[in-house]
Amino acid sequence: MRVGGWETLGLVLRRELVLGFRRPDQLVQPLVFFLIVTTLFPLGLSVQLVLLREMAPGVLWVAALLASMLSLEALFKSDADDGTLEQLVLSGQGVYVIVVAKTLAHWLVSGAALILVSPLVATALAIPWSAFPVMLLSLGLGTLTLSWLGAIGAGLTVGLKRGNVLVSLIVLPLAMPLLIFGAGATDRAISGTSPLGALYLLAALCLLTCTLAPFAAAAALTVTLE
Amino acid sequence: MWTWFYRLASPPYVYRVAAVWMPWLLGGAAFAIGYGVIDGLGFAPPDYQQGDAFRIIYVHAPCAWLSLFAYTTMAVAGAIGLIWRIKMGHAVAAASAPIGASFTLGALVTGSLWGRPMWGTYWAWDPRLTSELILLFLYVGVMALRSAFDDANRGDRAAALLAIVGVVNVPIIHFSVVWWNSLHQGATVAKFGKSEMPGSMLWPLLAMLLGFMLFYGAVLCIRLRGEVLNRERQSAWVREAIGS
Amino acid sequence: MNSGGFWAMGGYARFVWPCFVFVGGVLAWNLWAAWRSVALARLRANRALAMATLDRS
Repeated sequence: MRVGGWETLGLVLRRELVLGFRRPDQLVQPLVFFLIVTTLFPLGLSVQLVLLREMAPGVLWVAALLASMLSLEALFKSDADDGTLEQLVLSGQGVYVIVVAKTLAHWLVSGAALILVSPLVATALAIPWSAFPVMLLSLGLGTLTLSWLGAIGAGLTVGLKRGNVLVSLIVLPLAMPLLIFGAGATDRAISGTSPLGALYLLAALCLLTCTLAPFAAAAALTVTLE
Repeated sequence: MWTWFYRLASPPYVYRVAAVWMPWLLGGAAFAIGYGVIDGLGFAPPDYQQGDAFRIIYVHAPCAWLSLFAYTTMAVAGAIGLIWRIKMGHAVAAASAPIGASFTLGALVTGSLWGRPMWGTYWAWDPRLTSELILLFLYVGVMALRSAFDDANRGDRAAALLAIVGVVNVPIIHFSVVWWNSLHQGATVAKFGKSEMPGSMLWPLLAMLLGFMLFYGAVLCIRLRGEVLNRERQSAWVREAIGS
Repeated sequence: MNSGGFWAMGGYARFVWPCFVFVGGVLAWNLWAAWRSVALARLRANRALAMATLDRS
C-alpha cells in the first residue's frame, strides 16, 4: 500500500503528538527548567528592576535555548532506542517526510509550550507588556528555527551513548545568530526603537533553516542509522 | 586531466605523494614567512594612525584567512567524501580540522591583542569577532563529533555533514564588515581592485599570506599520511609500506 | 632604524611581540602535533599488522 507523502506526514505527526502528550513529564520538565533558569539570573545578580529589564531579553532567550537543548533528547532518542526509528526510515516513505513530521511535532509540543509560558517569565523579568507581541513573535520564529537546528544535532548524535553534551556543543554555536537577533528584537521593542530589522533577519534565518535543515537532518539520520 | 583527480582518491598514492610534497611546501613556507617577518617587522614603514602596532597584521591576517580557508577546505573535502564516497576526502577534512582550529585561535588572540591599543578593549561583541568565535566552536564541534563515533566511517560522515552545515558561517565572517557597522576594519587587500595599502606594507603581507598557505599545505601533508594510515590500516599496501 | 627602537615597536611592544610569539607557537604546535599524529598512526598500524600476523600463525 503506497501511502502518500502528506498522509505520512499527518500520520507521523499525529503519532508524535499523541506520544508527546502521553508523557507529560517530558513536556513539563524543560518548561520547569526554563522557569528555574530565568529565576537564577536575577537571584544571582540581585539587580534592581530597571537593570533587570535591560538584561531580560538575553536572559529569556538563553534560558529558552538551554531548555530547548534539554527537550531535544526526546526528538529521536526514544524511537532510536527501541528500533522504531529504523523502521520508520526503512519504511520507504522517505526520511525527509519523517524528519519534518517529527520536528514539527517537537516544536508544537515544546516550542509552543515555551511560548505560552513566556509571558509569565517576561513579567518576572520586568519586561513591559508593550514588548510582548514582538517577544512572542521572535520566540515563535526562534523556537521553530531551534527545533530544526536541534533536529540536525539530534540526527547526527542519535546513535551515540554519551551524546547529550555533544548535541548542545553542536547546536548552540549554530544558534548564536538566532540568539543575537531574537534577543535584539525584544530588546529594541522594550527600548522603543523599531524591532523590524532584527525581526526580518530572524524571519530570514527561520526561512533558511526550515528549507535547508530538513535535508541536513534527513542526511544525518541516514548517515548515523545505517 | 581527470587522471590526476582519480589518483588523489587513491590512498597509497596520497601517502606517497604527501611525503614528496611536504619538504617543498615547508621550505617555501619558511622562505615566504621569513621574508614576510623580516620585511614586515624591520623595513615596512609605521602606519600613520596605528604606528608600529599595525605590524600585528602580518600574523593576524594570515591566521584569519587560513581559519576560513581551512574550514572551507574541510567542508568541501567532507562533501566530496559524502557525495562520492571518496575516503581521501574525509582524510583531508579530518587533517584540516585541528590546523584550522589553531589558526582560528591565533586570529582571535592576535586580534584581541591588537584591539587593546587600537579600540581600547581586548574584546567586543561585534559581528566579525563573534562569528569568528563561532567558527572556533564549530571546529571544536566537528572534531568532537568525529571522535565520538566508534565506527570511523560514521564519524567521518557525521563530521562532514556538520562541517557543511557550518560553512554558512564562513561568508558571514567575510562579509560581516560589509553588512554591519563593525568595529573591525574593512577589507585590506582588495581582491580585484587596487589595494589601499602602499607596496612597502603590502608585499610582506602577501608574502605572509602565501607562506601560511604553504605551511598549511605542508602540515596537511604530514597529517594526511597519518589519516591514510588510520583508515587503511588493514590494507595490504600498508603492510608493505610500513612493515619491517 | 635603531635597534632599541625596533624592540620597542613605537611603544606597542607589549602587544606586538606577544602576537608574534603566540603565532610562532601556533606554527610550532602544528608541526609537532602533526608529527605526533603520524607517529601514533604508524604505531597503531604496526600493532594491527602484528595482530594480523599473530592471527595467521
